[in-house]
Amino acid sequence: MISTATSAFINVQGLCKSFGGQVLYQDFDLTLPEGKVISVFGPNGCGKSTLINMMSGLIPIDQGQITVADKPLRRSRIGYVFQNYRDTLFPWMSAFDNIAYPLKVKGMAEKNRHQRVDQLLATFDITLDLRRYPYQFSGGQQQLIAILRAVVADPEVLFLDEPFSALDFEMTLYIREKLQQVHMESNLTTVVVSHDLEDAVYLADQILLLSKRPTHVVEKVQFELPRPRTPDTVSHPEFVRTKGHCLDIFRQEMRQ
Amino acid sequence: MNQKKRQPSPSQNPLAIASKWVPWADKLLPLLGVVILLSFWEIAATSNWVNPVLLPTPVATIAELVIVTFRPENGLFLDFFTTLWRTLLSFAIGAILGVPLGIILGSNERVYRSFEFLIDFFRSTPASALIPMFLLFLGTSDWNKVVIPAFAGFLVIIFNSAYGVMNARQSRILAARVMGASHWDIFKDVLFWESLPQIFIGLRTGISISLVIVIVAEMFIGTDLGLGKRIFETQQILNVKDMYASILTTGVLGYCLNMIFRFVEKQIVHWSGR
Ligand SMILES: Nc1ncnc2c1ncn2[C@@H]1O[C@H](COP(=O)(O)OP(=O)(O)O)[C@@H](O)[C@H]1O
Ligand SMILES: [Mg+2]
Repeated sequence: MISTATSAFINVQGLCKSFGGQVLYQDFDLTLPEGKVISVFGPNGCGKSTLINMMSGLIPIDQGQITVADKPLRRSRIGYVFQNYRDTLFPWMSAFDNIAYPLKVKGMAEKNRHQRVDQLLATFDITLDLRRYPYQFSGGQQQLIAILRAVVADPEVLFLDEPFSALDFEMTLYIREKLQQVHMESNLTTVVVSHDLEDAVYLADQILLLSKRPTHVVEKVQFELPRPRTPDTVSHPEFVRTKGHCLDIFRQEMRQ
Repeated sequence: MNQKKRQPSPSQNPLAIASKWVPWADKLLPLLGVVILLSFWEIAATSNWVNPVLLPTPVATIAELVIVTFRPENGLFLDFFTTLWRTLLSFAIGAILGVPLGIILGSNERVYRSFEFLIDFFRSTPASALIPMFLLFLGTSDWNKVVIPAFAGFLVIIFNSAYGVMNARQSRILAARVMGASHWDIFKDVLFWESLPQIFIGLRTGISISLVIVIVAEMFIGTDLGLGKRIFETQQILNVKDMYASILTTGVLGYCLNMIFRFVEKQIVHWSGR
């Protein structure tokens, strides 16, 4: 049941990227469907972060072309959640000003910003005192603030780089649920890098397995259990099978 | 075999003992050094180790301090406020010029490279060495006692501001860029704040240096009022009690400026270290 019906929403063609003569990507092609969650999984240092950084326009590419919704990158609306919320939230602004910042730089009036943020909080049943500063929240709450900031301005794609890596287990489960909720509410196209296969499969419609460098796509694995997925999902036979399959491929790839 | 259960008792931890015995005494610890110094001073002054003419007792010095401070004629408070005024004025000049110029310098790698050596050189040159040169141009006018300290403060402030901007971490700037912030947005909402802790280091150093140079300038360059001038003159006429009182006052001034600055800094750069 490979969903070839969905047209290519994110389109990467002939992508080349090297760092100091070390080739990372060479003639790399990739298409990703609209409205799905894609998990990116692969060996350490294979270029997962670099890939989503290029797809979000954060770092330049050497050659090739990347489009989102048939538009060049600089005209697309991108939401990005960084690996480390500590280094990317603005500690000099209140949590509210952090979340509303993308609206502010777009020139939205203060009153509308408040409305939009309140609406967002209501949608995801979040009760946080947003007058406080980011450092006054727990790690999980800060990551939640970072996610709200990334989705507040109604992006076309949401990228997340290892959003759970700085969180403890409990918070990981919580944020994972919130991300699922975000996706179910908005059907937002989401690309999430994870080094934890369980998180990767749990969130995904499609798992993108990458090789060692020079990096290519080893396989796109579909995972189509309906949402909402619950903690019981991880013992569902389909989940276990998919995770096992991804692990097999990963092991094979590492042996080469 | 001794099978007694080992329980961590408070007495095994030296820190625990201290906090159990004297929980209130910890608060007084900062005073301990002061008490020791004053005792040494008292002993030195009363035991003839030091010529009593050169070293009055602490009590006599503080008594003198109280007396001369509010004396209507040649009162210490006039010198105090003159020095304070010069320090604040020169610091303000240094900061008003140094912070914006430093930020401009730091925002542009090429501009910074062109001035880096110059700033580093003058920053490493003791500002007191420049006093005679300034004297040539400005004479012994009262301006000198402000311009020289302002220059000295300006150098550390511009250096630290430029450094703060140049070494701002990139992660938050990238975050702002991906959210669609313009160059100006990034500058005023991110880069400026990101470099603020370093700017404050420059400002704090700048005000200390300004005070030092004000005092030195007051000693070197003729003036009617000022703590530097008072310390120098009382020493010349061997009015040692007044000299020590003036030195103490200078110390108190420097200390208070530092404390006030730290307080303000903590209010503004509230996120620092968190
Ligand atoms: N700015 C950079 N300069 C030099 N090398 C880099 C840079 N960014 C990433 N790399 C290299 O590219 C490779 C892929 O990095 P990255 O995308 O962070 O991997 P991943 O996220 O998959 O662990 C690594 O070997 C890394 O050393
Ligand atoms: Mg990475």
